[in-house]
Amino acid sequence: MPESASAGPLSFPPSPAVPSSVSTPGPELVQLLTPEGERVTHPDYDVHLGDGEYRDLYRDLVLVRRIDVEATALQRQGELGIWASLLGQEAAQVGSGRALQPGDFAFPTYREHGVAWCRGVDPLKLLGLFRGVSNGGWDPHEHNFNLYTIIIGSQTLHATGYAMGVQRDGAEDAVVAYFGDGASSQGDVNEAFIWASVFNAPVVFFCQNNQWAISEPLERQTRIPLYLRASGFGFPGVRVDGNDVLAVLAVTRAALRRAREGSGPTLIEAFTYRMGAHTTSDDPTRYRLQSDLEAWKLKDPLERMKAFLYKQQLADAAFFAEVEQAADELAARVRHGCLTMADPEPLAIFDAVYAEGSSLIDEEREQLAAYLAAFEPTAEGRSS
Amino acid sequence: MAQVTLGKAINTGLRAAMEGDSKIVIMGEDVGKLGGVFRVTDGLQKDFGESRVIDTPLSESGIIGTAIGMALRGYRPVCEIQFDGFVYPAYDQIVSQLAKIHYRSNGLCPMPVTVRIPYGGGIGAVEHHSESPEAYFAHTAGLKVVSPSNPVDAYFMIQQAIACNDPVIFFEPKRRYWEKADLDMSQTPVGLHDARIVRPGSDVTVVAYGPMVKTALDAAAAAEAEGRDLEVIDLRSMSPIDWPVLLGSVRKTGRLVVVHEASVFLGVGAEIAARVSERAFYSLEAPVLRVGGFATPYPPSRLEEDYLPDLDRVLDAVDRALAF
Repeated sequence: MPESASAGPLSFPPSPAVPSSVSTPGPELVQLLTPEGERVTHPDYDVHLGDGEYRDLYRDLVLVRRIDVEATALQRQGELGIWASLLGQEAAQVGSGRALQPGDFAFPTYREHGVAWCRGVDPLKLLGLFRGVSNGGWDPHEHNFNLYTIIIGSQTLHATGYAMGVQRDGAEDAVVAYFGDGASSQGDVNEAFIWASVFNAPVVFFCQNNQWAISEPLERQTRIPLYLRASGFGFPGVRVDGNDVLAVLAVTRAALRRAREGSGPTLIEAFTYRMGAHTTSDDPTRYRLQSDLEAWKLKDPLERMKAFLYKQQLADAAFFAEVEQAADELAARVRHGCLTMADPEPLAIFDAVYAEGSSLIDEEREQLAAYLAAFEPTAEGRSS
Repeated sequence: MAQVTLGKAINTGLRAAMEGDSKIVIMGEDVGKLGGVFRVTDGLQKDFGESRVIDTPLSESGIIGTAIGMALRGYRPVCEIQFDGFVYPAYDQIVSQLAKIHYRSNGLCPMPVTVRIPYGGGIGAVEHHSESPEAYFAHTAGLKVVSPSNPVDAYFMIQQAIACNDPVIFFEPKRRYWEKADLDMSQTPVGLHDARIVRPGSDVTVVAYGPMVKTALDAAAAAEAEGRDLEVIDLRSMSPIDWPVLLGSVRKTGRLVVVHEASVFLGVGAEIAARVSERAFYSLEAPVLRVGGFATPYPPSRLEEDYLPDLDRVLDAVDRALAF
């Protein structure tokens, strides 16, 4: 057979280079607030808030960042084993967290400190996990905010199953599943997309694309913009400026409404940047350029909201001073609470392994208790 | 009293559970219209509807992951994994999430999820359809692992597993699905994790579970003809293990043979041998012997008769135990 025949119509073209649209958003990016704090309009999404609500969003952004900065400092001082910073992702988290209704349920990764704040979880309970006094720390049902899930992407299936339960209850609640750009490569996330799609489950998949999965750039996870993945699963995807709290609020509200109305899942790609390290154990100087960080600093979510409030004359210097003071007080409370947090008792190792107990656990608890008791001082004041 | 097969007994137990609790949902591949590849869920979708008997995508991690979410919402899912060798895509969700969420939540989030897995060989199947992965799950804290050996236990144990607020891995001895027994539904069952002496004897204790209980009983009948009196224990629960029944028997007979289809190396029998040696050392007249699968992958089915423990291999071990 001549060579030309094998290169005929049945052959496939070589894969194109990773298109720039993967990491450089175009006009599809939903934005309501420019990095300079200018209010812009979008044909499909909008928010109309009261003056106080705009200020509250800013306050949330500042307080959440302050919790994060304090926690990072506590880790550096040896008070936390590790901390996963949300620096740079405050707007993505506060915007989506404040879009939730009380009955909605959120499934976080381990970085959603801002969403936890919006759901009323005391920051100290987050610190308990990173300090190592608990594997969880709060009541998911009290806050409709699931425990942090560390295995990447697992929680997207939990969220989908929870949403299937909502469907069976005939309720009008919606569910949001948080995950990141790295998780988009996990089988569980792709399975969750399929399940949510075929069962039309009321779940919003909220992907914070912060450009980095520890050291691996977005290009190692995808050759198409992440929000476009949704179309392959049969539901809409939208890309929002993740550093624009107003746009995130608007887009998430719309997706939650869609879920509540029975129209099924939506994928939101919140385009943002992880300004800090993956965790306090990471060293981003080994794999990314300082110039990238400098470019993203100009898109800071807090600065643009502050500029917006000034420009629109929604807040004055006294307001900003009051927020700073509230942040200081919160940081002091977090620090004090962390330093005075008690370690669990050794026998707590055996607590809650099973709901209905287990003869094996009972036996081992008794063994450890007896072993520990051998070190207790006796009546004579010496170890027996 | 009706004679029912083990498969039908589970079906009847599932039905009884679902009638009593509207939060119970069945999830799995082909469990709806088809009634499962072994027909264990036959007729349930027709009677309970598609929202309670859910034909799922072919995605085992998805089955367990969504069941976890439904449990968080207050449901009580019963998941079917179609075959033993298909459970591994769900393994992460089972061991990292299902088993640990109650602990992670300090008791605030129970996980009343039952995972039904037809397991074991002897049906002439292709690869991945004849495995015995119970040790992986018994090794995982937070899970409970059980296996019925007969229709009566199957009927009660599936309901007890579903009623349990802990995740239960429910291994169904697939080659015994067609074994029949009289089912008296009015009797009071023993506890889900209780072992049972199914044949009293005095010379050697043989402990087995699931498909191997029948093999052990057959061996005991053959041994009787040779004047040897075997005590057979149906373990029923591989996690937790009912040590008092096991140790009581060994203290009486002084000899123990453990039988399972799974590989002997680091299998459930290894744990039994270690504990019995620790706790009944002075009662033992012989080392604890194990009969089980070899340290190989499950072989092609034309070789499975040589791989699987059978009556003769059990008796061989009994002979060796008595030779000490």
